[in-house]
Parts: sequence; C-alpha cells; structure tokens
Amino acid sequence: MSEIRTLKDLAQKPDLLMSGHRLCAGCAAGIIARLALKATRGPTIVTNATGCLEVATTIFPYSSWKVPWIHNAFENAAATASGIEAAFRAMKRINKGPLAKYEHVDVMVFAGDGGTYDIGFQSLSGAFERGHDFLYILYDNEAYMNTGIQRSGSTPRCAWTTTSPAGTVIPGKREWKKPIARIAAEHEIPYVATASPAYPMDLVKKVRKGLEVEGPAFVHVLSPCTRGWRYPPEKTIKIAKLAVETCFFPLWEAEFKNGEIVYTLSAPSERIARKPELKKPIEEYLKLQGRFSHLFRPKRREDLINEIQQWVDREWKLILKRCGKL
Amino acid sequence: MSSEEKLPGWREIPIAGVPYKPSTEYKTGDWKVYKPVINYEKCTKCMFCHTYCPDGAIKIREDGFPEPDYDFCKGCGICAEECPVKAIEMVKD
Ligand SMILES: Cc1ncc(C[n+]2csc(CCOP(=O)(O)OP(=O)(O)O)c2C)c(N)n1
Ligand code: SF4
Ligand code: SF4
Ligand code: SF4
Ligand SMILES: [Mg+2]
Repeated sequence: MSEIRTLKDLAQKPDLLMSGHRLCAGCAAGIIARLALKATRGPTIVTNATGCLEVATTIFPYSSWKVPWIHNAFENAAATASGIEAAFRAMKRINKGPLAKYEHVDVMVFAGDGGTYDIGFQSLSGAFERGHDFLYILYDNEAYMNTGIQRSGSTPRCAWTTTSPAGTVIPGKREWKKPIARIAAEHEIPYVATASPAYPMDLVKKVRKGLEVEGPAFVHVLSPCTRGWRYPPEKTIKIAKLAVETCFFPLWEAEFKNGEIVYTLSAPSERIARKPELKKPIEEYLKLQGRFSHLFRPKRREDLINEIQQWVDREWKLILKRCGKL
Repeated sequence: MSSEEKLPGWREIPIAGVPYKPSTEYKTGDWKVYKPVINYEKCTKCMFCHTYCPDGAIKIREDGFPEPDYDFCKGCGICAEECPVKAIEMVKD
C-alpha cells in the first residue's frame, strides 16, 4: 500500500464515513469505520450487521456511508457478503448487469461482537468454508451495546453487563472471552489479523491486506465503548492502547501459506515480546473502566484480579508460541 | 428537519428502506458541552487529532493545519487527550 505511509497520507484520503452519524461521543466504532474505509482501494460494497454502527450511521432518512451499503439481519452479514461476491462474479462471467463494468469490486463487512461471536457465527463459518472473496471486520465492544449492554461470547470474565450483573452472588460475567480470531484462523483462510484504533497505521495496513488477498479475510478490532465500559469519552484511545500494552489484546496476523497457518506478531506486541518488562499489569487496564469497578470497590478483589492476570498471561504465552517466540 | 418539509409516503418509498439524505444534513455539534480549541503556535500538523476523531470533525485546511468543525464535533475530548504536544484545549462551548 505504497500511497499510505504516514498519518499525513492517511489524512489526505477522503472520509467515506460522513460526519453527522449518531454514535455516542467518543465511540471507537466511528474511528474504526473511518480508518477502514480510508484503506479501500477502489469500488467497494459494504454490508453491515445490526448493531450500534449500523443503527447510528443510517437513521432514516440519513446515511453516513459514501459507499454502497446494505443492512442485513443480525445473523447473516457474511451470507450477504457471499451473495454480493457471487453476484459480481456472475455479472463478470456473462458481462451483463450493473457490476460487470468493474475490473474488481471489494466486499467489506462490519459487524459487532454479538453479530459475530454468537448470532452470525454459522453464516460466517460457512462463508469462510466456501472461500468467498470478502473482508469481515469485527468491531468488538464486548457486549450487545445497541440494546443496552448485554453480555456476549466476547465479554471478558468479571465484566459487569446488565445480564451479567456484579453483586454479592456473582462478580460480573463468569465465562472467559472466546478466542474468535484464532477460531477464524483455524478455518485456514488466507488472512486473519487483530487490530486496534490506537494504532491507526497498523489497522489501515491490515484492512488493505485483507482486501488484497484472494479469498476470505477477517480483521478483529477491539472497540472501546464509553457507555458499556463505563469510562469518560476522551479515554477511548488510552484504553485501546492499554489493552495492547497489557497483552489483554495482542496484535498479530495469521496467514495461511503452503498448508500452514503462519502467525506473526505486529510491531506494538513484538516490542513487548522482545522486552517483556514493557508488559503492563492488567490492573492498569481494568481500573480505568467502571464495568470492572467491583474488583476494586468496596473491597479490593485480589483473587479475581489475579485470575484475570493469569488468563492474560496464558493467552499471551499461547500467542507467543504460535508466533514462534517461545 | 423542518416541520413543513413533505416526507415521501410509503408508496413512494422503495422496497426496503433507502436513506436518501447525507448525514451531514444532521448537525451533531449541539451535543457538546466543551469544544476543542487548537493553539496553532504549538501544533506540529502530526494529524493524530484528525485520525482519532470518531466523527471526522477535524478537517485539514489548505495550509495543512487541522481545524475542528463545530457543526459536527460532539466534544468527546479525544483529540485534546491524544495531541502529543497538548495544543488542544477543551473550553466550555
Ligand atoms: C435476530 C435479532 N435479535 C435481536 C435483535 C436486537 N438487536 C439489535 S442490535 C443488538 C445488539 C448488537 O450487538 P453487537 O453485535 O455486539 O453490536 P453492538 O451494538 O454492540 O455494536 C440486538 C440484540 C435483532 N436486531 N435481531
Ligand atoms: S453504546 Fe458504545 S458502541 Fe454503541 S455508540 Fe455508544 S459508545 Fe459506541
Ligand atoms: S494532534 Fe495536536 S499537534 Fe497533532 S495535528 Fe492535531 S493539534 Fe496539531
Ligand atoms: S472533541 Fe471529539 S468529536 Fe470534537 S473534534 Fe475532538 S475528537 Fe472530534
Ligand atoms: Mg457489541
């Protein structure tokens, strides 16, 4: 992607997500969608599963999208993408229809964690298996936010949500976060990556790579949510960065090459692998977010904080191993 | 949206809803309590503020400096928080 090397180059690219959308002030989903669209390389069709991004950018009669955009139900974003891609190929084959004139059309999906980990997973897995050429971008705010903060397969253990309340009986959600990006990689698709709005150049490069490969690609982006994570809106980028710096959300790529899934750490996480003393304690990430406040007040829950730290350490070790660093 | 404006009836609307106006006709600027003000003596044109704004509300001027668009800025404060040289101050709107 030679034309975008710096943030200045990126700023020169026009915004394809317009202002005037109604995401909450400080919502990371807006940053992620803006950046991802800046990485497009030509004619692009977007399909969007139900969720905050979809609702807030297309409140009738307004739309924020400067690209063709389709809303589909919660469970079938990847099926819609498959259909668009198949239609494009059919029009090329018979040289007829509105898309026939294009050399290539990119298909991009945006979906939340509820729409990906849980409810849209079967259509996603099927589209991976059929090998459609599309890029799926998961913006992961770790709960069903648009309907008022319900836990999903992505919500981390101990996080408060309205359906995993923190009280005297349970300390928030009891299950761990599902490793969705590794599960995607196990489908042996050409490209999988994790990314963060705090590292915009890394995110944009990954989105572009996901569009460039032939076949399915999956980019998992952590998307801090000021309402559901309970923090002041200006902290969105700080928190996204801490997720990487604590290794709660390491950044990596996995490519399927010569019959092997090859994992590579991305620069921000690679630095920590080289210098483990840079790895920050998970507490620094947790204590900024109201959804974890019951771990610190009224009484400090050392047991639970330790438990989360151990989970982070275990997952980080697993990624280091996959990346050939251990 | 002005109240006199005639909206299309259901017969005029295509099958499936098709939003037909750009969201830039909807100003989100009145959400804010504080607004970002840039000190151009300090600004290094690094572009972090533009990049991190969830609302695309920091435009780039001809001279390469960023400028907030108060019609859309919701006052989240990310730009001020992330500016590496602290050139942005949030002031009461
Ligand atoms: C089949 C179905 N069930 C429930 C809903 C209601 N609903 C709309 S948005 C939403 C939450 C979406 O969560 P997620 O995918 O994580 O996106 P987010 O809103 O968090 O960005 C739900 C449950 C729906 N639209 N369709
Ligand atoms: S609820 Fe969260 S994800 Fe939804 S718009 Fe608000 S900040 Fe964004
Ligand atoms: S982040 Fe600060 S220094 Fe960088 S362009 Fe914006 S105002 Fe200027
Ligand atoms: S305060 Fe928030 S919405 Fe306003 S310009 Fe800064 S980053 Fe954008
Ligand atoms: Mg969600």
